[in-house]
Amino acid sequence: MHALMLAAQNAGELQAGLTAVGRGIVYGGAAIGPGIGIGIVVGNAITASARQPEAAGAARTTMFLGIAFTEALALFGFVLAFIISG
Amino acid sequence: MHLALDFPPISHLIRWPTIFGSGVWAVNKVVLLEWLAVILLIWFFLAARKGALVPSGVQNVAEAAVDFVRNEVILQTIGPEGLNWTPFLLTLFMFIFVCNIFEVIPVIQMPVNARMAMPFFMTAIVFFIYHYLGFRHQGFFGYFKSMLFPPGVPKALYLLVSPIEFLTYFFTRPLSLAVRLFANMLAGHLLLATFAILTAALFTATYIGAVIPGALLVALYGFEVLVSVLQAFIFTILTAVYIGGAIHPEH
Repeated sequence: MHALMLAAQNAGELQAGLTAVGRGIVYGGAAIGPGIGIGIVVGNAITASARQPEAAGAARTTMFLGIAFTEALALFGFVLAFIISG
Repeated sequence: MHLALDFPPISHLIRWPTIFGSGVWAVNKVVLLEWLAVILLIWFFLAARKGALVPSGVQNVAEAAVDFVRNEVILQTIGPEGLNWTPFLLTLFMFIFVCNIFEVIPVIQMPVNARMAMPFFMTAIVFFIYHYLGFRHQGFFGYFKSMLFPPGVPKALYLLVSPIEFLTYFFTRPLSLAVRLFANMLAGHLLLATFAILTAALFTATYIGAVIPGALLVALYGFEVLVSVLQAFIFTILTAVYIGGAIHPEH
C-alpha cells in the first residue's frame, strides 16, 4: 500500500524524467545520419576542389547546398525534441 | 561546493514580455528588432544609392553585397536570365543577415529568426513566388508534368517517384526552408546562453574554473557570426535554386 502511494506520487517525476530521456534519444538519433552525410558531402567537395582547383567555386556552392539539405534532417530532430512534451 | 547552475526553461530565453500594445498588436523586443532591421536596411539602401564613382564606406559594403548575391548566388544557380531577381534575393539576404547578426551584438543578443514567425513568413513568400513562376513559365499542366514526372526515370518507378516529388514540392521544401533557418538560430542562441550561464556559475564559485568555458564562449561567438552569414546565404541560394527550377525545368 505504502509503495503504491509512493509510486503514485512519483508518477509526475517519472514522466518528466522519461520525457527528458526521450528528447535526448530523439535528437541523438536524428544527428547520426546527417553527421555521416555532412562528412561525406564535405569530404567529396574537398576531393573535387583538390583535383580541379579551377572548379573549386562550383564545388563550394554545391557543397553548401548539400550540407543544407542533409542538415535539415538533424534540425527536424532538434525541433521535434522540443515539441515532445510529457 | 555548490554550483549555482540554474538553467532557465527554453521559453524564458526566447519569449519576451510585451512592451506596449495588446493582443495581436502586442509589441515586444523581437518586433522592435524587426523594425530596427527594416530601418537599417532602408538606411543601407539610401546610403548605397549615392552611386559615387569611387565608393567609400557603406557604398563599398553595398556593392560587395550586390556582387556576392549576383556572382555567388544567381549566376551559379539560375544563370544570366535570373539577374532581374537580384533586388529580391539581395533584400532577402540582407534582411536575414541583419536579423541573424542581432544574436551576437552585445545588449541586443536575440536572433529574430529564433522565433518561427519570420522564417515562416519569408518561406511563405518564397513558396508562392516559385509556384507562381512555375505556372507562368511552364503552364499549369506543364508545371505539374515536370514536377511529378521528372524525365529519365523508368516508367514503373513513377508510382513511387510522383508522390515523393509532390510531397517535396508542396511540403518538404517550405518546411525545411523555414525550419532550417529557425532551428539553426535557436540552437545557436541556446548554445550561447548555456555557455554564458556555465561561465557565470563557475566564475562565482571558482574564479579559475571559468577560464575554459569562457574561452569557449568567445570562440562560439565567432562561430555564430559564421552561422549567421551562412544561414542567410543558404536561405537565399535555396530560394534561387527553387526559382531556377520553376523557370526552366529539367529536360
